[in-house]
Amino acid sequence: MVSVDRPSLTEKLVSFEAGSQVVAAHFVRESAAFATGEGEVLIAGESEARVKAHKGAILSSAGDGERIFTAGDDGRIVAVDIEGEQETLVDIGNKWIDNLALGPDGALAWSAGKTAFVRGKKAERSLEVVSTVGGLAFAPKGFRLAIAHYNGATLWFPNTDAAPETLEWKGSHLGVMFSPDGRFLVTTMQEPALHGWRLSDGQHMRMSGYPSRVRSMGFTADEKWLATSGAQEAILWPFATRDGPMGKQPLMFAPGLKDQKVTAVACHPKQAMLAAGYSDGMVLLVRLADGAEVLVRRPDGSPVTALAWRGDGGLLAMGTEEGKAALLAL
Amino acid sequence: MDHRNSGLPELRILKLKSATADLIVSQRQPFASLMGRCGPVMTEKEERCHFSRETCRGTPYPLNQTRPDPPGRVYFGRFRMSDKIPVTVLTGYLGAGKTTLLNRILSEPHGKKYAVIVNEFGEIGIDNELVVGADEEVFEMNNGCVCCTVRGDLIRIIDGLLKRKGQFDGILVETTGLADPAPVAQTFFMDENVGAKTALDAVVTVADAKWLKDRLKDAPEAKNQIGFADIILLNKTDLVSAEELKDVELRIRAINPYAKIYRTRRCDVEIKSLLGQGAFDLQRILEIEPSFLEKDEHDGHDHHHDHGDGHHHHHHGGGLKHYHDEEMQSISLKTEKPLDPEKFLPWVNELSANEGPKILRLKGILSFKDDPQRFVIQGVHMVLDGDHQREWKEGEKRDSRLVLIGRDLDQKKIEEGFLACAA
Repeated sequence: MVSVDRPSLTEKLVSFEAGSQVVAAHFVRESAAFATGEGEVLIAGESEARVKAHKGAILSSAGDGERIFTAGDDGRIVAVDIEGEQETLVDIGNKWIDNLALGPDGALAWSAGKTAFVRGKKAERSLEVVSTVGGLAFAPKGFRLAIAHYNGATLWFPNTDAAPETLEWKGSHLGVMFSPDGRFLVTTMQEPALHGWRLSDGQHMRMSGYPSRVRSMGFTADEKWLATSGAQEAILWPFATRDGPMGKQPLMFAPGLKDQKVTAVACHPKQAMLAAGYSDGMVLLVRLADGAEVLVRRPDGSPVTALAWRGDGGLLAMGTEEGKAALLAL
Repeated sequence: MDHRNSGLPELRILKLKSATADLIVSQRQPFASLMGRCGPVMTEKEERCHFSRETCRGTPYPLNQTRPDPPGRVYFGRFRMSDKIPVTVLTGYLGAGKTTLLNRILSEPHGKKYAVIVNEFGEIGIDNELVVGADEEVFEMNNGCVCCTVRGDLIRIIDGLLKRKGQFDGILVETTGLADPAPVAQTFFMDENVGAKTALDAVVTVADAKWLKDRLKDAPEAKNQIGFADIILLNKTDLVSAEELKDVELRIRAINPYAKIYRTRRCDVEIKSLLGQGAFDLQRILEIEPSFLEKDEHDGHDHHHDHGDGHHHHHHGGGLKHYHDEEMQSISLKTEKPLDPEKFLPWVNELSANEGPKILRLKGILSFKDDPQRFVIQGVHMVLDGDHQREWKEGEKRDSRLVLIGRDLDQKKIEEGFLACAA
C-alpha cells in the first residue's frame, strides 16, 4: 500500500467553479483564462475576473499571452484582457464562428460555415472551401493558413494571390495542426484516426487504432512527439525522423482507470512531461523519460475538456465538462 | 489495488512500452501508421461493409472488455436513452408544411425549450437564439461503407449546442424537402459524442394530403420520408375530399403500416403527441402491430363538420382497397416457435450487412428459447441494436415478430431465413 506521508500534488490543486462547461483554457500574462459553454471568460490566478463575452457558447478560442480570443455561436469574436476588459473584433450576425486561430503579427483567422477569413495588418481576406471548415492552423513560419475540411485540407497564403493548395484524403477532417518544424500537417478525423501529410512531397500518413475520436493533440517540448487523446492511454507518435511516424508504433503512457479514456493532453512547454486528462475527470502528470505518473486531480466523473500549460510551465490549468476548473502551480 | 482508487497519490513507474493490439483496446486493430495512397486503405472485408464489430460498429468505442456482454446482445448502435437530450427529426417534401409545424412548436406554450436546427433561416418567423442554420453536409464515413453516411454539419452543431447543455430540453432537426432521413438518423448512432449525449426520439414526416400521391410516384425522397417515419402528419386535409384522404392514407399504409398518422389542416396536432415518443428507444418497443386505428386529431368542431357533410362511411369495416407499392414494402414476420439466438443474431447481422442499404427501418420483439425475457431489436440501414427488454408476463403470448420497411426486399428469402432461426 501507499505510504501516507508522500507529498501530494492533489493538495496543491486549487479548484473552483467555472459555472458551465469549460471549453478551453489559455493564459493571459501570469493568470489562466477559461472559456465556458455559456459564453463567459474567467480569469483566475494572480488576477481574477469573470466576464460575459458571448450570448451563447464559446466554440473556439486562442490566447496570445496578453489576451484570450473567443469565438462564439453569437457570430462574434471577442478579446478579453487580464482586467476583464473586452473588445469585439468580429461580428457577423447570427452565423456561428466555429473556429479561430492566431497567427504571426497579430493575424486572426476564423471560419463560419464554409468560409475561412484572415485579418492581417493590411487587409481582411476570405476563402471558401468545399465544406464546412473543421479546423484552422497557422504555419509556424510564414503567413500560411491550413484549413481542414471534408476530404482533405487546404493550404492558403492569404497575402498572395497564389491558388490555394489542396491536400486530399477521403473523410471528414476536423482539428488541424502543423508540426513545430513545419514539415508535417496533421488532422484529426471524424473517424477515430489522425491523418497527416509530409508537406515536402504530400506523402500520406494515417495514424489509426484509436477507440474514440481524437479531440486533443499537441507536440512535446522537444518537438519530437505528437501526443494525442482518444485512447485509454496518452498516445505519442514519433515525428523526429524524416518520415515522421510512418510505419512506426506510438508510445503509450498512463492508462486511465477501468474503461476511462484520455480526453485532453497538454505537453509541458519546457520539459519532457505531459499532462493527461481523462473521461472520469482524473488528471495525471506523466514524465516521458520513464513513464512515471503523478496524480494531479482525482476522478469525479466528468470528462476533462480543457488542459493547458502556461508558457513558462509554472502553472497548469484544467477544466471539466461539468464546469469545474482547477489550477496547479509547480 | 490501483493507487488512484486508494485515495492516495503515489508515483508509479511504468515500463516504457510500445503499442500492441491487445494492449490498447478490445478493438483488434493495432495502432498503426501507414503510408497510403489517397483513399482509405481497406481490406476487402471492410469494403463490403460486413457488419463486423471492428469495421462498421455504430459507435467507435470499444466493446466493453471487462464486462462480457450478455449472450445474444447486439451492441452496435447503442440506442440508450436515460438522460440523453431527445432529438426529433422533422422531414417532409417541399411545401408539405414543415415550417408551419416548426413555427407552431416554437411559438406555442408547452413548457419546453427547443434548440432548432433548420436548413433555411428565413422561413422561421420566430427570433430564437437557439435556432441554428445547417448546411446538410452528408459525409461518408471513411470505412468504405456506402450507407454509413452521417450529417457532418449536425455533428458540429450538436457538439456546439452540447456546450450549452441545460439551456434547452430537446433538439428539433428540420431537413430539406429533398433530404434522405437516413444520414440524419445514422448520425445519432455513428458519432460517438452525439450518440452519447443525445438520443433520436422520432422521425416526424409532414405529408401533403393533396400532392403526396404524385410525389410518391416521382420523388424517391418523398417515399423515403414516408417509409422512415414514426409519425406522419397528413396535412392540408381540407384541400381534399374524404375519399381522396382515405386513398392517400392507404397509399401511406402500403409503404409504412406502422407509423402513427395524424390528419391535420395547418399541422394542427397537439405538440406533445409528436415529441417525447421514444420511437428509437428499445425499452419502449411495446407492440409492432400495424396501426389500423385511425387517429383523428381534429377538434370537436371538425368532427361535426366531417360528420355533417353527408359523407358515407362505407369504408369502415372490411372492404378496404389495398395498395401495393412496387418499390417500397413492409415485411411483417411472425412465428410462434421460440427462436435460437445463436441462429437469429448471426442471421439478422448478415441481413443488415447485405441488405442494409435497402432496409430503412427494422424492429422486432423476439422470444428466444429458454429465455424468460423478451428480446427487442431495431435497426436503421446497417446500424442494429438489440437488448433484453423485460420478463415475459404471465399469460403473454410468446411469439416472435420482426418487421422491416425497405426497398426491393426479397420477402420470400427473408421470411425463410427468419423461420429457419427457430430453435
